[in-house]
Amino acid sequence: MEFKNDSFRHVYWNPYFGGLLLGLLIAATFYVTGRGVGATGGTKATVVTAVNTLAPEYAGNQDFYSKYVDEDKNPMENWLVFETLGIIIGAFLSGSIKGRVSLRVQHSPKITSRTRLIFALAGGLLFGVGSQFARGCTSGAALSGSTVLSLAGFITMIGIFGTAYLFAYLFRKLWI
Amino acid sequence: MGPLTFNDIISTEWNYVIALLIGLAFGYILEASGFSSSRKLVGVFYGYDFVVIRVFITSVSVAMITLLYLDYLGFLDFSMLYVLPTYLPAQILGSVIMGLGFLMGGFCPGTSLTALAIGKIDGIIFTVGIWLGIFGFSEAYPYIEDFNNSGYMGNVTLMDYFGVNPYTFAFGFAVFAIVAFTVSSYVRRNVKEIQY
Repeated sequence: MEFKNDSFRHVYWNPYFGGLLLGLLIAATFYVTGRGVGATGGTKATVVTAVNTLAPEYAGNQDFYSKYVDEDKNPMENWLVFETLGIIIGAFLSGSIKGRVSLRVQHSPKITSRTRLIFALAGGLLFGVGSQFARGCTSGAALSGSTVLSLAGFITMIGIFGTAYLFAYLFRKLWI
Repeated sequence: MGPLTFNDIISTEWNYVIALLIGLAFGYILEASGFSSSRKLVGVFYGYDFVVIRVFITSVSVAMITLLYLDYLGFLDFSMLYVLPTYLPAQILGSVIMGLGFLMGGFCPGTSLTALAIGKIDGIIFTVGIWLGIFGFSEAYPYIEDFNNSGYMGNVTLMDYFGVNPYTFAFGFAVFAIVAFTVSSYVRRNVKEIQY
């Protein structure tokens, strides 16, 4: 057997092992905090902060921002902001140990990196909008929501995966 | 008895430290499982890589059964855990939008953060997209507020809605997990390999 220097770079954990650890982590999170994990709330806090800094009058009066703006409290002082920082640090640690850290665009050889980036932006936009309608994304609504058997969690999980399977054929050129 | 912070067993000053540590473990597990690679994630929709289904379903089953067991043993009050409120029309629309976003962008918000952390430019751009999407939603909020809040059903669980006990659902989910793992392994063996 031949080993290349970088052959370990794409060796990931066994998915069932990763799933077991993730499940225990989510159970521990609920046990300690009474809530699950999330991944969009931190980004939302930065949106609210930006608008509140540039146009405080407007943010205080508009129906959506005003829900998150409080005179005595910085919107960044939020559980999910700290958790989001943790996600970035944790992923960076794992990636550095395996030598996966470098600036690059990952895409199928059949498309250009420009195409990849345009669709990445579009996908992010849709996730930003969709997560607000659904009150959570794949982490906060589907993963944490399903764990405690909430109706909304199961609707979101089935909605995201069902839609993606239904329309996968249309976007196949981007990936395969 | 848990949840600890609700019952003042852990003081709220520790909240942010705990948040950082939970996030750290979350990010580490996601990255180590390969969730920082969009081509690996999207494989679940084309049959060449089922890591998403395996990790996701395993973790939901493990967490669900662990929490129900802790409740059964009296270490935790399951009914005190936060249940996401249901707004049926908005949530259906939102998850359809997110499903399309997944196909186009190849990430979801948590996984794009792990990609961003290891320097993937597509992950950074996806995160910029999320930021703009939330901003757009917020700006449009006065026009979509009525729809967004329609069909409110409260913090409903499957138990409330179907009148079945949680153990039945947990058992059903575990059976579903085994079926999904078996079927996905079969599909994986019969789909052309993709190098990425």
